[in-house]
Amino acid sequence: MLTKLGLNLRYPFVFLGFFSVVTACTPAPDGVTVFDPYEEQNRQVHEFNKSVFNSFFGSGGSDTEIPPEIADTVVNFADNISMPGMALNGLLQGNFEAALTNAARFVVNTTFGIGGIADLATELGLEEQETDFGETLAIWGVPEGAYLELPILGPSTERAFAGRIVDSLIDPLDEVGFAFQSDYSLAATIAKRIVRGSQLSGTIDSVLSESADSYAQQRLIYLQNRRFELGTTPEEEAVDPYDELFGDP
Amino acid sequence: MFRRQFLVGTVALTLPTSSLAVSPAAAQSMVEDLVDDVNAVIASGASEQAMIDQFGQILNRYADVPTIARYCLGVDARRATASQMAQYTDAFQDYIASKYGRRFREFVGGEVRVVGSEAVKSWVEVETTVLLRGRSPLQMDWHVSNRSGRNAFFNFIIEGVNMLLTEREEIGAMLDRRRGSIDALISDMKAV
Repeated sequence: MLTKLGLNLRYPFVFLGFFSVVTACTPAPDGVTVFDPYEEQNRQVHEFNKSVFNSFFGSGGSDTEIPPEIADTVVNFADNISMPGMALNGLLQGNFEAALTNAARFVVNTTFGIGGIADLATELGLEEQETDFGETLAIWGVPEGAYLELPILGPSTERAFAGRIVDSLIDPLDEVGFAFQSDYSLAATIAKRIVRGSQLSGTIDSVLSESADSYAQQRLIYLQNRRFELGTTPEEEAVDPYDELFGDP
Repeated sequence: MFRRQFLVGTVALTLPTSSLAVSPAAAQSMVEDLVDDVNAVIASGASEQAMIDQFGQILNRYADVPTIARYCLGVDARRATASQMAQYTDAFQDYIASKYGRRFREFVGGEVRVVGSEAVKSWVEVETTVLLRGRSPLQMDWHVSNRSGRNAFFNFIIEGVNMLLTEREEIGAMLDRRRGSIDALISDMKAV
């Protein structure tokens, strides 16, 4: 059901789903880094995801490396078709510079980058300004909500998940891109996930199979990284181990 | 090169001489040495075990391992005997060297560069960027203090992921799995 919502995005009922998700967002209380009221269900999904990861990449991580040329082509194409959506989010966030950069990237790479398989824009200094509707919601003041582990898609939060759904609904690719870009968008997105999964398989595997509590480790790593990307890392997270040992300086 | 000198220069000029024990310039210079050593390991193309050993030596030279180890054990450090604490700290050093040393293999073809430094609370944060082949660069911050009696790092943060917080949770989970037995934890850590 969740994967269906995540991938199959053009049905009106999804709107209803979105509003119930947003209203279900619970603000995380101050000082609490992790808010996980759905832990029991999340842990079940985690076990499922672990088995999917292991059957895909094998326990111990992937040894068969995808040739870099193929990996780059796939990632470039998938990144490029996500530019219109990122540009739109830039506008919604009032970050016009980022919106313009991502829009320019799309134009440059779709034309001179042969439909997006080459990333000339980065070489020209137009670096991707990664964003999504989850970040737009964060900027609009929507709280992060509860932690979620989604089937296949992995760690998320209520806000990030709501953002994913909206991103697929408002994606302007169909309007501004070529037909081949829309036609291959789902396949390219899945292929990119496989490439990234393979590149990071050693790291992901070390968390999933070597941690004493892989669910808790993945949750902590995801939340810290997501808050870092959104620039919302709380100040009190700065750790002073000497304080504990010697008291205040 | 110019940028680096410029950053050091500005930091040195704008910061008033305070009770800050370690100066941003000194901390940055320590991290520059550390990064040179790390880059040499990455470029050596050595075997996994050799990389783990070399990373262990880097920890010895630049990290305040006893403080990191003690923090990650949390309140349980208070009930550990001196002998348990010594064994645990040794096991912890090997555990960190092995866990993070193995990841070095993925850095092959890349390099670490120092970006700049600034004073934060009672320590100095030195920002570096990890350039990886065919992937977006990673931001890696090192927290340096001299409260151990020498300049040493006591934490690093990779793309927002705080090593102390993450390892404190992991060590706590390892301890829980052993129903709180510190001796069992030590033998588990040696096995990682």
